[in-house]
Amino acid sequence: MAETEVAGLAPATGQTTARWNVLLIVEAVVLVVALALPMVMPDYLTVFATRVAILALFALSFDLVWGYAGIMSFGQALFFGAAGYGVALLGRDLNISNLLIVLPVGVLIGFAFALLLGGFLLLGRHPTSMIFVALGTLTGSYAADRLARGWYYLGGQNGIPSIPSMTLGSYELDEGPVFYYFALALLVVVYLLCRFLVRSQFGLALAGLRENETRIAFFGYKTQHLKAIVFAIGGAIAGLAGSLYAFHEGFVWPNMVGVVISTQVVLYVLFGGSGTLIGAVIGTVIIEGVSFWLSDNYREIWPIILGVLLLFVIMFRPLGLISFVLSERERVGRFGIGPQKGDHGAS
Amino acid sequence: MALLEATGVVKVFGKLTALGGAALSVAENEFHGLIGPNGSGKSTLMKCVAGAETPTEGSVSFAGADITALSPAERARAGMSLKFQITSVLPALSLYDNILLALQAQASLLDLVLSRTRRALHDQVMTMLQQFRLADRARDPASALSHGQQQWLEIAMALASKPRLLLLDEPTGGMSLEERRVTGELLAPIKQHCSLVIVEHDLDFIRDICDRLTVLDQGKVLASGTVAEIQASKSVQEIYLRRA
Repeated sequence: MAETEVAGLAPATGQTTARWNVLLIVEAVVLVVALALPMVMPDYLTVFATRVAILALFALSFDLVWGYAGIMSFGQALFFGAAGYGVALLGRDLNISNLLIVLPVGVLIGFAFALLLGGFLLLGRHPTSMIFVALGTLTGSYAADRLARGWYYLGGQNGIPSIPSMTLGSYELDEGPVFYYFALALLVVVYLLCRFLVRSQFGLALAGLRENETRIAFFGYKTQHLKAIVFAIGGAIAGLAGSLYAFHEGFVWPNMVGVVISTQVVLYVLFGGSGTLIGAVIGTVIIEGVSFWLSDNYREIWPIILGVLLLFVIMFRPLGLISFVLSERERVGRFGIGPQKGDHGAS
Repeated sequence: MALLEATGVVKVFGKLTALGGAALSVAENEFHGLIGPNGSGKSTLMKCVAGAETPTEGSVSFAGADITALSPAERARAGMSLKFQITSVLPALSLYDNILLALQAQASLLDLVLSRTRRALHDQVMTMLQQFRLADRARDPASALSHGQQQWLEIAMALASKPRLLLLDEPTGGMSLEERRVTGELLAPIKQHCSLVIVEHDLDFIRDICDRLTVLDQGKVLASGTVAEIQASKSVQEIYLRRA
């Protein structure tokens, strides 16, 4: 009997390990390629790659909120752009550009805005519907866009130009390989933190939230609180991305808080594959890369080509590009330690 | 003192009065069946007790405290657990993770983030799976189970947090005769630590496992008593048992 149990356990363990390896391999390949890029690319492409890395960080924020907690935020740019404007004002009005100050401030702004909006949209007595949250966040993003365009202090339509470079002591962090590796390091750290979170018992609660919110409320989970917490964490990550973006581009403008970028981040994640983290990164890289290449080579029709490509992937591969290599089982993941050799009845 | 006491429960949906002053009293370690013809208000009363619906009038008290205004999560934390009429296991998760999800529901946020209870809850997860004859499928996704096994998994999930009161809404719906018999066997041992309210159409099943019955008809209590008393009740026989 004992032998049967042990023998029965072995293949299952082996399969699980093999499945996990696919995700690890994909992550490792993406990291190695990302590390090597500045060594093989001209500087102008390194600047482009930095922008993509920052947008990938932004995409992680949406994947956490939608892919793991099932909260459809159509206003994620609100937190991204609000943080961008916040650090731009710090630079312009107070001449503060030290990254040890501006980045935490950006994170806090994103967190605070998400907590406020999330508190309003998610913390009712009864769980709110997906459409209510989607429209609420979309409206928030649209309203912020209109506000930024009409507020002279924020530069109106032109936004805030000529933001000083981000600094660390006397060192100025300008666009180029150093900024790229800095953005990449932040992306990796945030990615690992998100990975830790979504594979923890908290991640299991999020999986329950995404799969059947009503059911887990009857277990005793405070589902609205869970949602508000994840939404605020997503806002904080978007805030970090927004503040980096503002310093990298050197200016902020109303589009940064608006519906266009809010929709863009949804596409990054859906295209790459939601609920996987790495899918969000891959989706961002491919959409931005293809857009860059198409706009260079097919100036007249590139948005149409890109639109059709996105439509095809989302229609015929609803779990995103990552689902070509990642099984559903691995996408969902495993949270408990699972049956062990000594467990009676386990196979 | 009764563990659960629902009194004068009225529930109105628009122009429809689903419950017109229903009452339910369940003692500690009692298995209580809620029966009645279709549309008599059994599931609505169950939902009012569990917190899925708020009564228009009336009150529900549990372990001496008024819980009428509490949310489902607060009721669960007070020791009440519900198995839905429609199977609500989480199909993409493994059986193991389904049980773990139910067991960790009352852990603190920090414990969840740091996965502090993952190892400590392992034995409880395996015990629940063994108790419900599902241990050999622990790694499988819940979607791979048969309908009857999914019902067992859901009962195991509902029992995982060791509730004082378990509410089962049609637990044997869609099961074979053999699966119904096994379900009865699986439920019998929980009587030592848990009361049960069960809504069920299978009267043989109800007779076999329940101590007391409440019969609802058109949103009101027609009769309440021991199984023998209900079986002997002429009014019940007229409106319900004879039809069955």
